[in-house]
Amino acid sequence: MTTTAPDLPTPARPSPSVRRRGAAWLHRHSHLRLALILALPLAWLGVAYLGSLVVLFLNAFWTTDPFTSLVVREFTLDNFGQLFTTSVYRTVTIRTVVMATLVTATCILLAYPIAFYMAKVASPRTRSVLAVAVLMPLWASYLIKAYSWRLILSQGGVLDWALKPFGLSGPGFGDAAVWLTFTYLWLPFMILPIFAGLERIPTSLLEASADLGGRGWITFRRVILPLSIPAVVAGSIFTFSLTLGDYIVPGLVSTTQFIGNVIFINVAQDLPLAAAYSLVPLAIMLIYLLVARRLGAFQAL
Amino acid sequence: MRMRGVMALAASAAIVVGACSNNGASTAPSSTAAASAAATAAGSAAASTAASAGPSLPTELGSTQGQTINVLAWPGYVENGSTDKTVDWVTDFQKQTGCTVNAQIFGTSDEAYTLFSTSPEQFDVISASGDASLRLVRGGFVQPVNLDLFKSYPDIFPALKNKPYNTVDGVAYGVPHGRGSNLLMWRTDQVTPAPTTWAQMFDPANGYKVSIYDAPIYIADAAVVLMKTKPELNIKNPYALDDTQFAAAVALLNQQKPAVTQRWVDYLKQMDDFRAGNANVGTTWQIITNLLQGETPPAKVDVIKPTEGATGWSDTWMINSKTKNLACAYAYIDYLTSPEINAKIAEWFGEAPGNSKSCALTAAKDHCDIFHADDDAFWQDVWYWQTPTAECVDGRTDVKCKGFDDWIKAWTEIKG
Repeated sequence: MTTTAPDLPTPARPSPSVRRRGAAWLHRHSHLRLALILALPLAWLGVAYLGSLVVLFLNAFWTTDPFTSLVVREFTLDNFGQLFTTSVYRTVTIRTVVMATLVTATCILLAYPIAFYMAKVASPRTRSVLAVAVLMPLWASYLIKAYSWRLILSQGGVLDWALKPFGLSGPGFGDAAVWLTFTYLWLPFMILPIFAGLERIPTSLLEASADLGGRGWITFRRVILPLSIPAVVAGSIFTFSLTLGDYIVPGLVSTTQFIGNVIFINVAQDLPLAAAYSLVPLAIMLIYLLVARRLGAFQAL
Repeated sequence: MRMRGVMALAASAAIVVGACSNNGASTAPSSTAAASAAATAAGSAAASTAASAGPSLPTELGSTQGQTINVLAWPGYVENGSTDKTVDWVTDFQKQTGCTVNAQIFGTSDEAYTLFSTSPEQFDVISASGDASLRLVRGGFVQPVNLDLFKSYPDIFPALKNKPYNTVDGVAYGVPHGRGSNLLMWRTDQVTPAPTTWAQMFDPANGYKVSIYDAPIYIADAAVVLMKTKPELNIKNPYALDDTQFAAAVALLNQQKPAVTQRWVDYLKQMDDFRAGNANVGTTWQIITNLLQGETPPAKVDVIKPTEGATGWSDTWMINSKTKNLACAYAYIDYLTSPEINAKIAEWFGEAPGNSKSCALTAAKDHCDIFHADDDAFWQDVWYWQTPTAECVDGRTDVKCKGFDDWIKAWTEIKG
């Protein structure tokens, strides 16, 4: 594949243009060609992405002036110390992880049947209608969707109004509202990977299972479910990490602080602490991704 | 060899970039050259303040034509007609001076300070309350001003001049704009009898749905309550809290927490929650109540200054130490603090004007009486926002007070 073209005698042409000669030269030096193509995106990844992470990491070891809140470049481990000694950071971390887990679990429960129906049951026509229906919410801005949940859940809002005939009322603002809003927002990110994963399971496998006497439930439990686990895990990476980092939804539909809120407020008031704290979700995600890799999620993406 | 080549490339790139930015600065239109020269002079003056006895202040500002200033302001301070067609103190100014005014609003002093300090060249002018102004001065972000260049300054109320939050070591850093008190708003149809004290808002037994201001400085509101309810704590100034006093304030806020249904920074969000009834009692600004009452149908809200006194603000217009648009910065501050415009802003925002001549020019003739613009006794129990420091701001030297970094951390913990 990558062997360089042998130096053939150039065809007798009067004078090949510079462009043509350059192209020919690049053709012979395939490594350089690859390097040139990848240089820009790699530089972007290196500088903008990894670079900012490094800056963030460095900030975590600095301190601030108690009066002006400006960053003072003096080495300290205080920020990390605080994260462990002050209970509020622990509480917020646990709360956020629990919320992310809950949202992910709910998304799986809701998404699986929809994805299964789309992949294995629906006619091609219904399937495309459903695919559009799932994708449609992604066309609207995240903020608009979050704000509309604020209206839905608000006291005397749509939900209260709809439940009133049954003598019930909505959950109002609070943790339940955060959970509902997140579940709504991230659901498509769960449906799509599961749908893709289920679609890849050959129908012949299901037929083979039936031939061997496997009833519907057995086939699902022993064939479909194990084969779709990587897809579910892939979807959960989205729902889990998106919940872990979000700070806008909790601010809109509750007064509760999540990791993102604490980081956001401290970016203004204590940048080093915010930097140190932002390493926490990073670490959580790293562990999550390692586990996900073992479960084969990356083959499913 | 290869490494050296890369470094040479980087170096030449740096030279090119440097040359370009030099070029950009020197090709400013000639009409603004004088102003930018003045700005540079002022900038270097600010830098050398510590060394010399007094800073050399700008004496000439040059032409305002063609300058664009970015103003970082509290909501309602810079209105260009987009909120309400009749509320506009940008358009005429732009016509008169040839300046262009862009405004960005903020919700807390901390937000303002962060915006201003993290992009030090972005904003030319800022409306700073006392809990931002000193930080801006100490950080070197704002420049000393030549008060003689403001036509409005002689008319500013003497009670606002030469205060610790606008003047440092005898050097003025801006022009006072106006002052006001944080107020208690409630839904008249949901809360009876009407609340009269902050203490009621801190007691969950009252069953209120409470909306509070989401900033560390709100701890001072609890301290104001404690000054009346727990005199044994001996709090003399809500921004000077020693360990015991601070712990009591934090405890009071924790006690209030079950009743808190909303914390606001964005005033639109507070309006939203009062309209919907997600909150029915809360700490607010007069302008928020005015806007709610002005809706059709009017929201059923009313507002008072509770009996304990209140926290409040006394704001100062300040100029960026790095501004290149000094002429327009001076001109706009002068315009905003002039009798007529200052009256308009004071009425729109619902605060006491800074200019004494504004009182004769307000649309409501009793505006200055209602807001006690010239009634110094009224302001005795209004505690203007200021940044708490380890050296107690009430002058005590026998104890250490909690500095603002402690307030910030405590606020995160209170929110839990």
